[in-house]
Amino acid sequence: MEPVIQVQDLVKIYMLGEVEVQALRGVSLSIEKGEFVAIMGASGSGKSTFMNILGFLDRPTRGIYLLEGIDGKNLQRDELAEIRNLKIGFVFQGFNLLKRTSALENVELPLIYSKKHAANRSELARKALSQVGLGGREHHHPSQLSGGEQQRVAIARALVNQPSILLADEPTGNLDSKTSVEIMSIFQRLNGDLGITIVMITHEPDIASYAGRNISFKDGIVVDDRRNVSPSLALEGRQAS
Amino acid sequence: MTTFLASLRIALRALMVNKMRSILTMLGIIIGVSAVIAMIAVGSGAKARIAEQIASMGSNLLIVLSGSSTSGGMRWGSGTVPTLTVDDSKAILSEVPAVKYVAPNLQGVAQVVYGNQNWSTSVNGTTPEVLDIREWPVVSGRPFTQQDVDGATKVCLLGKTVVDNLFGGIDPVGQIIRIKKVPFTVVGVLGSKGQTTFGQDQDDTIFVPLTTAQKRLFGMQFPGMVRVIAVQAKEPELMKEAEDQINALLRQRHRIQPSQDNDFTVRNLTEVMASAQQSANVMSLLLGAIASISLIVGGIGIMNIMLVSVTERTREIGIRIAVGAKSKDILLQFLIESLVLSLIGGILGITIGIGGTYILSSFTQWPTLLSIQAIFLAFFFAGSVGVFFGFYPARKASLLDPIEALRYE
Repeated sequence: MEPVIQVQDLVKIYMLGEVEVQALRGVSLSIEKGEFVAIMGASGSGKSTFMNILGFLDRPTRGIYLLEGIDGKNLQRDELAEIRNLKIGFVFQGFNLLKRTSALENVELPLIYSKKHAANRSELARKALSQVGLGGREHHHPSQLSGGEQQRVAIARALVNQPSILLADEPTGNLDSKTSVEIMSIFQRLNGDLGITIVMITHEPDIASYAGRNISFKDGIVVDDRRNVSPSLALEGRQAS
Repeated sequence: MTTFLASLRIALRALMVNKMRSILTMLGIIIGVSAVIAMIAVGSGAKARIAEQIASMGSNLLIVLSGSSTSGGMRWGSGTVPTLTVDDSKAILSEVPAVKYVAPNLQGVAQVVYGNQNWSTSVNGTTPEVLDIREWPVVSGRPFTQQDVDGATKVCLLGKTVVDNLFGGIDPVGQIIRIKKVPFTVVGVLGSKGQTTFGQDQDDTIFVPLTTAQKRLFGMQFPGMVRVIAVQAKEPELMKEAEDQINALLRQRHRIQPSQDNDFTVRNLTEVMASAQQSANVMSLLLGAIASISLIVGGIGIMNIMLVSVTERTREIGIRIAVGAKSKDILLQFLIESLVLSLIGGILGITIGIGGTYILSSFTQWPTLLSIQAIFLAFFFAGSVGVFFGFYPARKASLLDPIEALRYE
């Protein structure tokens, strides 16, 4: 079976004024469908750059990246937006929800920009919210929700288009440890029960321990890539879906 | 369409979030639109009044004035020497096919007395056709007739100003007034015409039969003398033709050699009024242009606020782009926002403009005329200003880099 993500000799060079910064110096890896991968590394290791490229938010300087066989190298800005819309769900450290907008409308956001789901937008959004255990909170605004709940709204937004991969950038960075475990339990459930492929950036080893595979970045290259034979089980806060 | 409706909802919500700011931004457009509407109403009102005055003079009107004289090298103006006769007037009617009516006129100023009241006014000796030419109704009593002219009877028609000054509330019809001490019976009262464009009171006048004026009031230096002949052409298109033919006819009748100047003048009054109308046009254009400038200033206000709004919402834009908004989605969202701002401003401006026009005309007594076209024009203009000045900020938003935008604090 073809991997969801295939990366070959990926190089990313930034120009910071006159200085050339090599954020990625040749990364090669592949991720299969249904994997839950944690990408670790210190700040400056290139993991965020790698994530941006995986999310079609950025383009590599050299090398090949295929998402389900799609190469974004020669695609226009709007074509990339369409791929993000259909195949990628983002979860950010700072939640990045729209203020003064209800949870339901936040979750509907990707559907607004998609031709596919015009008719049953609200139905899909409700379903995604109940998958993350927020059924009944549809009309709460982000300011009325706790950090963990806000992050769950963000996860629902990432899920609503039924994407090929879910990319999470430090999803627990702004949360306390109890709430972090709740988020991990949602990830494990989405991954285990629904078979959703998850790639998560984190610098906390105990958060990474919930994933089935840990990849470590250092100075723009992969220094470690190993299976986690017995990932920790996040049971706390687990709710019926 | 769904995208459009969704963008509309997003825009309305964004504007509601900053109500005060939205209202202040709209203020520029509100003032601009209401100014455009009020100014065009004032301009059109002035134009309409001039058109009304042209109509009140009588349509298709040509005035033949008797000649200028030259004595000792000095040339005197038109009408200083009487050269026209009643026969000239009859000849114009019978020989110029483009002419519908003629009315010869012998005019002078005279003191008029009724009871213990007296008044100085313009007395016109003329024929009954004058009422047709000038489209002037007799509101009470009767007009004088051709029989009155033939018999030189001492009857008269009074203009409204004369009635007001001589008869305080008494019905003048049947009363006797004295013009230059000659007793005349008032047979009718003329309807009110108001002022000419040049401020002359048209109602300050008395009409008497031409023959009576010639024999009893102003005398004649030669038989049949008149000073002015009013001529009405059959159609507006025939004015020029009638003018040329009258010129040719009178030159022939007055035996003027080809090298000599005319001893009369034909004047086309409609042309004179048309130039007055043209200056009113220029005025209303000028007023509209000045008002439009405030609309453009309002547009700059919109651009300013939209730029602030794009900067403030950089992160929101980043989120939208990340989850799949295309450039045109973002462009449309902000364009609709500025369009909504300007159109709501436009609607408020129309309301205030209409109200302001009524207040203006009731306080200043200026004639105003609200036109649907002007209102639509102002509304359309406001919308265009919104799109034009909203485009740059919207485009800026649509081209943001999602990574940068998501990192924006």
